[in-house]
Amino acid sequence: MELRVYIVRRVLLLIPVLFGVTLLIFGLLQTFSPVERAALYVRDVRQFGDIDAVIERYGLDEPVWVQYVTWMNEIFHGNFGWSRVVASPVTEAFINFLPATLELAIFATPLVVFGGIFLGSKAAAHKDKAIDHATRLGAIIGWSLPTFWLGLVLLMIFYGFFTGLLPPGRLSTNVSVLVHSNEFTRYTNINYIDAILNGNMRVFLDSIRHIILPVLTLTVVQLAFVMRLMRSSMLESLGKGYILTARAKGLDENTVVNKHARRNALIPVLTVSGYVFAGLVNGVVITETIFNYKGIGWWAWQSAINLDIPSVLAFAMFNGILFVLTNLVVDLLYARIDPRVRLGASAQ
Amino acid sequence: MRGLRYFFYQLRRNPLSIIGITIILLFIFIAILAPVIAPPPEGHTRTYQIPRSGYSPTPTPPSEEHPFGTTEGQYDILYGVIWGTRSAFKVGLTVIGTVLVIGITLGSIAGYFGGLVDEVIMRITDIFMAFPMLILAMAIAISNIKFPLFTFLVGPELDNVVLALAIVSWPAYTRLIRGDILAVREEDYIEATRGIGSSHLRIITRHILPNSIYPTLVMASLDIGAVVLTAAALSFLGLGAPEGYADWGQLISFSRNWIVGPPGNTMAYWYTVTIPGLFILFFVLGWNLLGDAFRDILDPRLGKR
Repeated sequence: MELRVYIVRRVLLLIPVLFGVTLLIFGLLQTFSPVERAALYVRDVRQFGDIDAVIERYGLDEPVWVQYVTWMNEIFHGNFGWSRVVASPVTEAFINFLPATLELAIFATPLVVFGGIFLGSKAAAHKDKAIDHATRLGAIIGWSLPTFWLGLVLLMIFYGFFTGLLPPGRLSTNVSVLVHSNEFTRYTNINYIDAILNGNMRVFLDSIRHIILPVLTLTVVQLAFVMRLMRSSMLESLGKGYILTARAKGLDENTVVNKHARRNALIPVLTVSGYVFAGLVNGVVITETIFNYKGIGWWAWQSAINLDIPSVLAFAMFNGILFVLTNLVVDLLYARIDPRVRLGASAQ
Repeated sequence: MRGLRYFFYQLRRNPLSIIGITIILLFIFIAILAPVIAPPPEGHTRTYQIPRSGYSPTPTPPSEEHPFGTTEGQYDILYGVIWGTRSAFKVGLTVIGTVLVIGITLGSIAGYFGGLVDEVIMRITDIFMAFPMLILAMAIAISNIKFPLFTFLVGPELDNVVLALAIVSWPAYTRLIRGDILAVREEDYIEATRGIGSSHLRIITRHILPNSIYPTLVMASLDIGAVVLTAAALSFLGLGAPEGYADWGQLISFSRNWIVGPPGNTMAYWYTVTIPGLFILFFVLGWNLLGDAFRDILDPRLGKR
């Protein structure tokens, strides 16, 4: 099958899944009473006095399928509801909180991907040597670490024991005042990037000081996962016949490992990168909660414990859609790299 | 039979798996002996509720009366972690049991019958797997869903967590089992059984399942560690058991405000976070070590080398 046909087929398959995602979220919403659901659109406490009008307006006592259509219609118009915890529309809250999370993701993602690939292939190339045992043990422990506990222990050491060395939060108070003043232009709302653009070293260093621990917390578990997978994939690929051939030809070991073995070993790692993404999203909620780092994860947590239903469901739906799209990209890359996928699909 | 003996031989040979088994046995031991190790004080009827000695917000360090100290609100940490072991097993076993029943049922139907049924079941799993696990679990945990069976099995304090975890975990197992079934469906001996007129149910339960799902069952049972980890994360976020219920994640959430002690003695409250955390870490580590050993043995690609 041609790549183009495969892409079309794969994109079409997306539609029922996305439809299902909205149905699932809507289903969860339906477990609440009409009054609770009306809170979705209430923007002011005073409106609760006239809750029946809200129920009426959004048809919350109509048959389920009518409600679904109304609800979807609101969503297509960008109305995901009202986030009570931050007193703004959900979409706006999301946009405001996103830069903080990106601040962490910009560092964590490459660390997980490249670090995991590097360490995993190193371990496999030196199977049963010291480095292999060390990374393997590290991977198993890392994979078993409760993220929330790791973060707290890191804080205990680097904020408590080394007093104030690496503090929680996004910026120190005085630096935060500076950032919000007129002297500082906020281009992207990503603090360290803005600091570079403003040429302000103090803000830059303060921002970096605040992201070290969250990034570390976010990275460890996923890094362990990628590393473990890369190791076994690399071992498999090192056992293949073409590696023997390459060695028999007299190629030097570096070329064999880095070019012949690693490139092929990367394919399984690519296929799970969607899961790594999901793992990072899960980690973001916990990490931002621990470090009081006000990004989308922190917002989702605040919403959840304050029973701010629209925010939690919108957050879940947004992540669901994002995850589906990530998997689409992964699958397409996979098909581009490995022709067997396309051919296999045509055989069905 | 030779395969089985080889399997145990491999398991014994791997020191990590021995450590894993030892850790798990230790936790089973703690769970069984909970009333002996941390006996409930007299007149304390709800055994899973951690007894508290006062209401002072400041944690107190380990002492004779409280060997592991107390958390904020004076909950006894030793009692919490010991009975928390029982909670962990309750959640882990119930979730894994439930998802296996669902997985085997739906996976067999999808894999055996194929066609439209298969397509529908697989698309439904797609939808559930379209969410990052913890995020969907959070959304379910705050929703008003109740499932009486879980309330019956684990009590009204934990049923929400179990339900959330079961809903987010069943699709992966259904897919795995479906894959196992597809692998043997076309074998000659299945065709032969069909030829002598066996019913679908009989073919599935007597011939297909016994020949296909054992590896999955083994791997699944080792997922208890992962399930307990997610459950603890939910509890930590404040979406799990109610306050004071013996539960590891919650004990750690009690320590959140006490990470840093007063100036001059910044590590003063180390016990509030360290002790419950080590319980979770070792519990999960035990299952993961064993799981890793199993995976190496079962993985046909790495083979009997």
